[in-house]
Formats: sequence, C-alpha cells, structure tokens
Amino acid sequence: MPLRFFSKLQSIKQIQMESEILTSEIKTSAPDFSKIRENFPTLHQTVKGRQLVYLDSAATTHKPVQVIEKIDHYYRLQNSNIHRGVHYLSQLATEEYENARIKVKNFINASSEKEIVFVKGTTEGVNLVASSYGNRFINEGDEIIITHMEHHSNIVPWQLLCERKGAVLRVIPINDRGELIMEEYKKLLNEKTKMVAVVHASNTLGTENPVKEIIEEAHKYNVPVLIDGAQAVQHFEVDVRALDADFYTFSGHKLYGPTGIGVLYGKKELLEKMPPYQGGGDMISYVSFERTTYNELPYKFEAGTPHIAGGIGLGYAIDYVKGVGLQAIKQHEAALLDYANKKLLGIPGLTPIGTAEKKSSVFSFVLENIHPHDIGTILDVEGVAVRTGHLCTQPLMRRFDVPAVARASFGMYNNTDDIDALAEAILKVFKVFG
Amino acid sequence: MNSELNELYQQVILDHNKNPRNFRKIEEPTHHSEGLNPLCGDHLHIYLIIENERVADIAFQGNGCAISKSSASIMTEVLKGKPVKEAEEKFKEFHDLITGHITDEDQIEAMGKLAVFKGISEFPVRVKCASLAWHTMNAAVHQKDTVSTE
Repeated sequence: MPLRFFSKLQSIKQIQMESEILTSEIKTSAPDFSKIRENFPTLHQTVKGRQLVYLDSAATTHKPVQVIEKIDHYYRLQNSNIHRGVHYLSQLATEEYENARIKVKNFINASSEKEIVFVKGTTEGVNLVASSYGNRFINEGDEIIITHMEHHSNIVPWQLLCERKGAVLRVIPINDRGELIMEEYKKLLNEKTKMVAVVHASNTLGTENPVKEIIEEAHKYNVPVLIDGAQAVQHFEVDVRALDADFYTFSGHKLYGPTGIGVLYGKKELLEKMPPYQGGGDMISYVSFERTTYNELPYKFEAGTPHIAGGIGLGYAIDYVKGVGLQAIKQHEAALLDYANKKLLGIPGLTPIGTAEKKSSVFSFVLENIHPHDIGTILDVEGVAVRTGHLCTQPLMRRFDVPAVARASFGMYNNTDDIDALAEAILKVFKVFG
Repeated sequence: MNSELNELYQQVILDHNKNPRNFRKIEEPTHHSEGLNPLCGDHLHIYLIIENERVADIAFQGNGCAISKSSASIMTEVLKGKPVKEAEEKFKEFHDLITGHITDEDQIEAMGKLAVFKGISEFPVRVKCASLAWHTMNAAVHQKDTVSTE
C-alpha cells in the first residue's frame, strides 16, 4: 500500500476515534460545534491554496466520518442483496436496511415503518405521488395547488400530471419578503382541489412555510397534502403526525447522508389505495402471466434492488443528527443566519432575496450590476463555495425580477469564520468589477 | 489580486460588459436566433443581416454574466463585415482558444480582440458563458431558432 494512502487512512481512523468520543459527549451536554466540524473530512482541505469554505449545504451536505465508515463497512463486510435471501449475509444486510427504515420512522414520528418508502430522493418522492396517486385519483378539471416558491421538482411532476389528465395547476402567490399569502391560498381551495403540494422550507428564500395551517385548511376540503421536506429535516424537528401530513418527502444527501436515497412518507390508508409506481422484483407477492398480486407496504412501491448501502447510510446519518440534536442544530444555524445578516446586509450594493420572518439558514443575494455567475467564480477563486443560478426555482427568479441569485447556505459544521470569509470575498467581487 | 482572476476579468471584458457594443435589436434581420444557458440563466438574441454571404450587420440583446455579455459584444465587433464562412472559422478557433486547445502565444495574439478570452480555459464551467453568443450566431446562420448550451 502506498505510504500516503496509508497515512490518510490512519488519519480518518483517528478522526473517527475522536468523533466517537465526541458523540458520547454530545449526548450528555450541549454540543461543541467546533468539534463537530472535525467529523467532516471533506471540509478539511485547501482549494486553490486556500482553506475550503463550504457554504452550499442546501445543495448537498458533507458526510460525517461516522456515516462514511458505515457505508464502507457495509460494502466490505455485509454486501448482499436483501429480502428473501436465506444466507447469512443477506439476512445481515436485510436487517441493517430494515433497521434504517425504523430509524426513519422514529425520526419523523410516523406510525409505522410500513409508511416509509425508500426512494432515490425528494424528486422521486414527488413523482411517485404524482404518478401513482395522481393517475388514480386526479381527473379532468381537478385542481392541484402548489406555491410560487416551489423547486422545479415540485412543479414539473404536477404539470406532467395536469397534461395527462387535463387537470389545472393553481399557484399560491408570495409577498415581497418571500412569504406565502395565506388569504390567497384559502381563496384557491375549493371542491375541485384534489391535491396540495407545498415546500416546507424554500431552497432559495429560506422561508419556512406554515405547513400545519396549510394542511388544516386543505383537510377542510378532504384534500391530501404533500410536503417537500428536502430543506427541512436537516434544520428542525419534523413530526408528520403532529403536522397531520398526508405525504412527506426528503432526501438523504441533504441530511448528512448519501446521495441516491430518500424517503417518501405516506399515510398508510393512502398508500394502500394507490397503485404501484414501478413494476419489478420485490414489489410483488405472486406473479403469473395472467395476474400479479402486489407485495404489502412499503414494498409495493420498491421495485428492484434498492440502494441498500444508501438506506443503511441514511439510518446512520439520522443517528448522527439525533446525536447532535436538532434543537441544538437549529439554534446554531439561527445564530449563523443572524451573524450573516449583521455582516452582509451592511455591504453597499448587496440586496438579499428572501427576507421572511421565519427563515432557515439560507442567505440568497444579488449584487448591483454584477451577474451572480461572476460572483460565484470570484468567490470560488477565494475558496468560498456558494451556489449561483436560478437554483431550480425559475418562477421565483421572475417574481423577484432577477436573472439568477447567489446563495450561501449553512449546515451544522459552519461557523462565523466562514461568514467572515464570505463577506471578504464579496468585497473582492466589487474590487474586480471596480 | 489572484492572477487567474486578472486573466479572466480583463479590463477589456469589464468594459464590454458595462458598455456592450451593437447592443440593440435589428428590426428586420435576415437571420435570428435565441440562445439560452439554463444553468446560469444567460439569455440572448443574436440578429444578423447577411447580404452576399457577408455579415452586413450583427447585433445582440439579452441578459447574462460579464463573460457572456462581453463575449457577445466582442463577437459582433469582430464579425461585422466578414464573410459568413470566416465567421464559422472564427467560431471554431474561438472555441479552441477557450477550451485550452490553442496555447501558442503567437497564435493567440494573432486572434486580436478575441485573445482576451484566453483566461477562460482556466475556468471550465465558464466555457458555456463565453461560447453562448457564438453558438447562437452559428444557429442563426443555419436558420435554427433557438439554441441551448445545456
């Protein structure tokens, strides 16, 4: 083994040992976020000769070594296909995978693990509902309500459904701060409404929507509600039963877990009456050429070999997040957002996009006469990673009359030094553009 | 300041970004196309009047980053009055420059105004920005209505 590789392994091992000590400390006292940062190996590198400043966690979070190690462990020692295997490894892998489902169930407080469907990510979660529920229960002239701040993944699947069925898409407008206008929502609801699909926290604006109230209003018309929780579950506690959400979907990779795995929660009575989404292995109980009977929940919706390592990794990511504590994460990130507001809002020529009263740790902005793409490149040269562009929310860009935005987003591992670096880099942008 | 950044955002580029040349609509173009870079939201129109296989007039309008805007502006300056065939040759040469396939200093210098874009090759994600106007011009010449760099 080359020496360099060996020493790298050693150092990861060391970080892991330290982090195990840390995790046990976390459970008994308030977490020390400077130590938590040590758990994320990707953050500890230089980019173009500068220490990496990662402010793109809304796109994807980095993974703690505790999660990386478990995925590595699975592939080294447990790799096998799950369900129906009689041999040792298959049983071991099945147990790990199903255990992850229970962790997810507890994480969002679902009633049963039968309500937890593993999917590729939030996008597939929405598509599953739009295809399966939509094809069966939404018809010509029916109405689907979304909001002006949806990610494309919670717009396009519904548009496709509308095209297939001749249904109509309705959009809840937002105010200039980027908050839903709830009176308008109430006006949109009517007997023709058959689905409401709303983002819990906006990836572009950071706005946290009053989803409990949205669900209550929809239920007055017996309309099911799907919540896109891609930008929620990593920032604050979500209890699907307290919300009375009918569907709730999120991605693993924004929750400090692997890419390619996500969750669709659905109320059992809804999932039961929905037809399968895809056909294949695992989703059946009996197949003949004349007739097929489908497997029970949640397997009815899980055709084919799933992302086993991903599911397992997500389970451990949830363990990690719970170990730190979502209350503590929420406080830490709120303090960062406060600091960012103080530090950045004073910069002349900077305009924030999204100033909702209730806001998660996203800071989108534009600079006078400088295109966000140019901002992104200059920040990158300074070692600061932000996202620029329309952020998959083109209707929002038009609402705020900007071609694109630059977005800094925070995770549990960020600190005020990161924001100082961002502020300095923004001043550099102005310097380049004179 | 970082030398890569200096190469990328040269004064000429910043000047064309601030004061783009031929930034207007041609009311009755013989050729027109719309260019989109969905990734960053760059969006521009290229208008041409082609007479006797020559670019008699060329102009553009739209929104974009400094690189895409200045590239469009400089392109219109370079192509005005040139034979269409030469415009297509220049497109290829420009593309080779920004993707780092032309490294010979003399050859770069011979490209005149276009040489200011040599810094792009250090920023691969910006190649689309610099080439959008050229792709759009090429599509217009070949009578295609829209082009996307995605």
